[in-house]
Amino acid sequence: MKADVAVIGAGPAGLAAAIAAKENGAKRVVVLDREAYKGGILPQCIHNGFGLHIFGEELTGPEYAARYIDMADNAGVTFMMETMVLSIDEHKVITAVGKDVGITTIEAKAIVLAMGCRERSSGALMLPGDRPAGVMSAGTAQRFVNMEGYMPGKDVVILGSGDIGLIMARRMTLEGANVKMVLELMPYSGGLTRNIVQCLDDFDIPLKLSHTVVKMHGKQRLTGVTIAKVDENLNPIESTSEFVSCDTLLLSVGLIPENELAMGLNIQMDSVTGGAVVDSDMQTSMDGVFACGNALQVHDLVDFVTEEASRAGKAAAQYKKIAKLFVNTIAGSGVRYVVPQKLVRDGIDKTLFFRATKVTRGWYTIARCRGKIIASRKRVMCAPGEMENLVIKDADISGGVTVTIEETKT
Amino acid sequence: MKEQKVTCIVCPLGCEVTVKTQDGKIVETTGQACKRGEKYAAVEVTDPRRTLTSTVRVRDGASPLVSVKSVKPIPKELLFASMKKINETRVKAPVKIGDIVVPNVAGSGVDIVATTDVA
Repeated sequence: MKADVAVIGAGPAGLAAAIAAKENGAKRVVVLDREAYKGGILPQCIHNGFGLHIFGEELTGPEYAARYIDMADNAGVTFMMETMVLSIDEHKVITAVGKDVGITTIEAKAIVLAMGCRERSSGALMLPGDRPAGVMSAGTAQRFVNMEGYMPGKDVVILGSGDIGLIMARRMTLEGANVKMVLELMPYSGGLTRNIVQCLDDFDIPLKLSHTVVKMHGKQRLTGVTIAKVDENLNPIESTSEFVSCDTLLLSVGLIPENELAMGLNIQMDSVTGGAVVDSDMQTSMDGVFACGNALQVHDLVDFVTEEASRAGKAAAQYKKIAKLFVNTIAGSGVRYVVPQKLVRDGIDKTLFFRATKVTRGWYTIARCRGKIIASRKRVMCAPGEMENLVIKDADISGGVTVTIEETKT
Repeated sequence: MKEQKVTCIVCPLGCEVTVKTQDGKIVETTGQACKRGEKYAAVEVTDPRRTLTSTVRVRDGASPLVSVKSVKPIPKELLFASMKKINETRVKAPVKIGDIVVPNVAGSGVDIVATTDVA
């Protein structure tokens, strides 16, 4: 089979990329996904708060997905569901295996990587103690409760205050579980304030900052965890340890972009984001291969995934092999990373996306080129959990662009 | 005099607002950085409401559950009464997005509707 644009993943990023590719003239756009249903993680995110930025209303995850699935169907996008991509080669030939197609190949003119991300697992944390049942990621629990109709437990402790953990604290409570506490290793929560208020405070669930689980207990089923406060170097303080009985431990301890396919292509990766290095057209180090969504960088709002993926889909539809002139972006003081990592000098203004390394109030986000400020904003608050952006004019770019977060603008 | 603390969620700043009330009337609001915080805290103290999202069991459907939401925020004190009603409800497939699954949940005057299709 041949395709003008092949999109890997039918989640919010893949849907938006495919729609944009169609709108920008690509004739045959094929989306491949290993699940039987479209929308990626959205169907299990039944809570509201999606789409405020794009639609000006608060939709639930399934409703947000339904809008883009309808748009993709109306645009004439071809879906290959229950079809898992095994590899992509340097000639942009995709090998996939599916229930209906067996093993098949797709020759694509351009490819958009939109595989999303995975949750960091309990194995990755290497928690000491037993390995009983009842320990799972918050997203796994979310799938059990919201899609399959099972309650994973009765007395729950949640490790990690990411948004999925906070959302599940409320969801399990509403379904009758006793959520005892949420533990956060860092001195601040990685979740949105709105979720701390509406998911924890509303139900008097304590949020214990600078705390972690130091041991799991239980032979068959989890019977409890030992928790402890941590010092400024994040090491547990033994004298503060206490036992908390529970039958379920949910982990909300970070998301990791899923990039086995990109790595198989030897695409240049960014060790901080865990995603590919891209230019301002969302193109990776391999010509004609683009990346977007949580496979590129973990986002906090789906609206921004949609916007990023639309840019990738448009660029994939318009892809021609041409020599590009680049400058690099650099994460300076107070900034963990900047996406895109390269800016194409094409006369088009650029939006830089980046994350803070720590919580600051009233500081400035600043973009500099050759020591000169080319964009800046005063921010009431910057936090690692909320993505920042700055718009810069292409005409102001005369070399590498450094982004910083500073107390004063000088 | 009653004193309540409210964390404002209007912007990322998250102000800790203290609201003092006398006989259900607000007499003083402190701690907010702006007027929006004062307004938010007043609503939180006098008539707090939340959008409720959950799932309802489906009979003979392609999925065992259909996701649902309250079409408008409902009074916070009715959340658990609404959950009880939602968990007692069974619907027969097919269900369409927007279908009313529980009318006037727990006497709140707000309907619970499906947020997805189940064939």
